[in-house]
Amino acid sequence: MQNNTQNTSSGMSLIVKTVARILAGMIMLYGIYIVAHGHLTPGGGFAGGVIIAGSFILLYLAYGATAADSDKRKWYASLCESLGIFGFWIVAILGLVFGTYFLFNIFAKGTPFHLFSAGIIPVCNVAIGVEVAGALVGIFITFAAVKLLERK
Amino acid sequence: MIDLYIWIGLMIIGAIVALEAPDLISAVISLGVCGFSLVFIFLRLHAPDLAIVQIIVETLSLIILIAAILRTTREDTQERLSLQKVALWLGGLFFMTVFMLSAYRIAHEMSRFGHPLLRMAASYLDMGLMKTGAANLVAAVILDFRAYDTLGEATVLFTSVIGVMAVLRAVGRKKRGG
Repeated sequence: MQNNTQNTSSGMSLIVKTVARILAGMIMLYGIYIVAHGHLTPGGGFAGGVIIAGSFILLYLAYGATAADSDKRKWYASLCESLGIFGFWIVAILGLVFGTYFLFNIFAKGTPFHLFSAGIIPVCNVAIGVEVAGALVGIFITFAAVKLLERK
Repeated sequence: MIDLYIWIGLMIIGAIVALEAPDLISAVISLGVCGFSLVFIFLRLHAPDLAIVQIIVETLSLIILIAAILRTTREDTQERLSLQKVALWLGGLFFMTVFMLSAYRIAHEMSRFGHPLLRMAASYLDMGLMKTGAANLVAAVILDFRAYDTLGEATVLFTSVIGVMAVLRAVGRKKRGG
């Protein structure tokens, strides 16, 4: 057992922390699966992004936070969010540049039911997933940081 | 069909309890009953995409609501029976009667479930896989046929988060706190 896990005063009990640590990876993996298979199975960028954000929020709730490192985390969340929406717009404009119209499906459609198929749809799904995950984690950290600042 | 009515009944009961419960924690949990019943309704109506989103968003919003209650108060404000409240109830009853009557007429004129009225929907169903290559028809619609909507939606989400971060930023709060 790691030392810093037992010594930190913030957050919940050791049981919650251990379970959250084990489960967070699986939840995130499930979210990534939902995003990556968005064009094959139910789900997609929005659902998978929210699940990925859920894994971060689980860790955040279990381990607690201080006002100092929440600024850095908020910066990363904001970066993810901005990169996601930027990627989506770039893909949309690439259709205008290389294709005929805005949001044109510029990539090859591939074989149906394969992971790499359907042209820009998986790319857009990944972009939306990154954006939604960053957005929700960012909102959550922002609200939590307000609480920390008020307590101080 | 009967299970659908059971879930809808649970939703209605959950919503009423959420309004009337004196303890706010039980009100939020009843709201959860309402939301999770909606998950089963979505599953029953063959909409797993919506069910996944609903179950995750419902969980997250419950967490945020419970966090808000733990930080403020658990007790609902008490209201005494006054003329104003009776008038509100009567008005609500009148609205519900009119709404139910018109909904009854509209429900009879609607096409059957799974048989869309628009010709567009049929061509989406037929051509979706061929035109986009996506096996999930929902993904084909939201990211190919109706990609403008999704792009706008993602941009709205981005803008709203930027707004939340700007309003609740640490700099402004520190200044006011002194």
